[in-house]
Amino acid sequence: MGMIEAILLTVITAATPLVIASLGELVTERSGVLNLGVEGMMVMGAAIAFAMTQVTGSPYLGLLAGIGGGALFSLLFGFLTLTLVANQVATGLALTILGLGISGQIGEPYVGVSGIKLPQIVVPVLSDIPFFGPVLFRQDLVFYLSITLVAGVSWFLFRSRTGLKMRAIGDNHASAHALGIHVIRTRYLAVMFGGACAGLAGAQLSLVYTPQWVENMSAGRGWIALALVVFASWRPWRVLAGGYLFGAVSISQLHAQAFGVGIPSQFLSALPYAATIVVLILISHNRRVTLINTPASLGKPFVPDR
Amino acid sequence: MRIELEKRAKPSMLLSILSPFLALGLTVIAGGIMFALLGKSPGMALYSFFVEPLLDVWSLHEIAIKATPLILIGAGLTVCYRSNNWNIGAEGQFIAGAIAGAIVPVLFHDWHSPLVLPLMLVFGMIGGALYAAIPAFLKAHMNTNEILTSLMLVYIAQLFLDWLVRGPWRSPDAYNFPVTRDFMPEAVLPEILASGRTNLGFVFALVAAAGLWFMMRYTLKGFEISVLGQSERAGRFAGFSSRRMIWFSMLVSGGLAGLAGVSEVSGVINKLQPIISPGYGFTAIIVAFLGRLNPLGVIAAGLVLALTYVGGEAVQLTLNISDKITRVFQGLLLFFVLSCDTLIQYRIRLVFSRIGRSSEGGAL
Repeated sequence: MGMIEAILLTVITAATPLVIASLGELVTERSGVLNLGVEGMMVMGAAIAFAMTQVTGSPYLGLLAGIGGGALFSLLFGFLTLTLVANQVATGLALTILGLGISGQIGEPYVGVSGIKLPQIVVPVLSDIPFFGPVLFRQDLVFYLSITLVAGVSWFLFRSRTGLKMRAIGDNHASAHALGIHVIRTRYLAVMFGGACAGLAGAQLSLVYTPQWVENMSAGRGWIALALVVFASWRPWRVLAGGYLFGAVSISQLHAQAFGVGIPSQFLSALPYAATIVVLILISHNRRVTLINTPASLGKPFVPDR
Repeated sequence: MRIELEKRAKPSMLLSILSPFLALGLTVIAGGIMFALLGKSPGMALYSFFVEPLLDVWSLHEIAIKATPLILIGAGLTVCYRSNNWNIGAEGQFIAGAIAGAIVPVLFHDWHSPLVLPLMLVFGMIGGALYAAIPAFLKAHMNTNEILTSLMLVYIAQLFLDWLVRGPWRSPDAYNFPVTRDFMPEAVLPEILASGRTNLGFVFALVAAAGLWFMMRYTLKGFEISVLGQSERAGRFAGFSSRRMIWFSMLVSGGLAGLAGVSEVSGVINKLQPIISPGYGFTAIIVAFLGRLNPLGVIAAGLVLALTYVGGEAVQLTLNISDKITRVFQGLLLFFVLSCDTLIQYRIRLVFSRIGRSSEGGAL
């Protein structure tokens, strides 16, 4: 396998969790809910997936547990912000703080334990294509899922009736409610989808990216995923592009170090975070464009009048 | 069964006082359940977490020491959150303040002058404020979301500090340990009580909180903060500028976080090292909310959250429970605070049937 293929493989591994987590958040935000707890849900997914894999010996069960754990954890956010109309920003932060705490507890017995990696699935025939075969068709399940999810969410939001309703809720929950659309119920589902995706992204970290448990292992990826949603102006395919861009930036530091570039490693590690800021500036400095793209009800509380 | 909210005619005064206590009570109950799940006696664990630290002079000082940065940062954050500016990067501003404040003792180690300490404190505040100026500028002039930028800057500050103490600022006589020189005596915040380690920083915290409380309550600026926070439009009609408010709130909270940072390295750690905070900047967010976004409330809340740090260390020693339990407690506390705050604005009804909306269940 050539150099370029090897680099591409690492980019894909780094990009996949970003793509999945921001895709989930994209759906949540399209329904008008801002969940800043992605980091917390992601790290919970990572811990639960790792623990389940260790207990059962099956990384697939681990993956499922990560998804379920993320979705359940997001329900806590849903209950507070949707039923009790608590402040969404503060509740999202609470979810992150709590997630970091609980995941530390769950993962405690597994510190230093070497994990089980999610196996490769080799697609027959396609994997023999030169260059593209090894890069795209000798991947793990999570990668295939990520691509399917992008296509699926894109179809759902822009081609399905429920997706249309969801976008209507996100743009004007009062009108949607007046039309008889179930605002709260739809938002609960959107929040849980976001949680499930964040959980899956976390599971990828502890089962594929670095198959081990390290406290705090999401290391800000949940926040980068949030920025990616803005970057993608709430469109699924752009999330894919943005995720790969960020994946490339975040692994460029490893390759730069391997090539012995004379920049201190800390500066290279800071690159993804700095890049996030730069990208946010470029995307949002035009106030009008931002206004058009942002779901108009994003972050606003909704109490149905009776 | 469904839960329905009904808006109160006006916010309940009683519940706005009670809600932090209700939240604390619920956190203690949830904590008891959690200890039971971990196979420990809940009574004993809660006792050594919440009560024991209060019975011992040494731990009381520890609580004051840990409350110092929490109150300083939390008080500044109330200005931000009341005016709807979501600075969540106080942890980064804390580090920036610590680094800026450490310039004097690290680079001018042989300068023994009473000017050292005041200079450090001023540098610390400026450092924190300048670091907060980045998200302030980006929000006020580039329309960039301050939540994400201020948070990203936390990671960058942590990495920069790591580089400093492993690289240019590493002490020549620390056997390759990643630390700077120990600060000279003139650069150390003095202790204020004969009985223990509590230092002058605690006084700064109380003064800062009291000062902000006065500003919020009795000055036009305080009025401006709450008007712009509740309705930017109304604020514009009153001639207030939300752009100036972004700058004001971010610089105040950044400056105080910077002061907290320099107080911590000067008064407690006495040098720089890769990790100088167990997440004070994030915990201070909880402090601000538990204090009901009131600077005086923040003093009480800061002491409570400081107790969770000390209590966490206590149960680690006595019951062999990981001190990560502290973060769980802190997260739970914020959740309960936010849910209890709903009660101030709304009545909660449990509705048991779909049709019988009028047949209400327990109303609170």
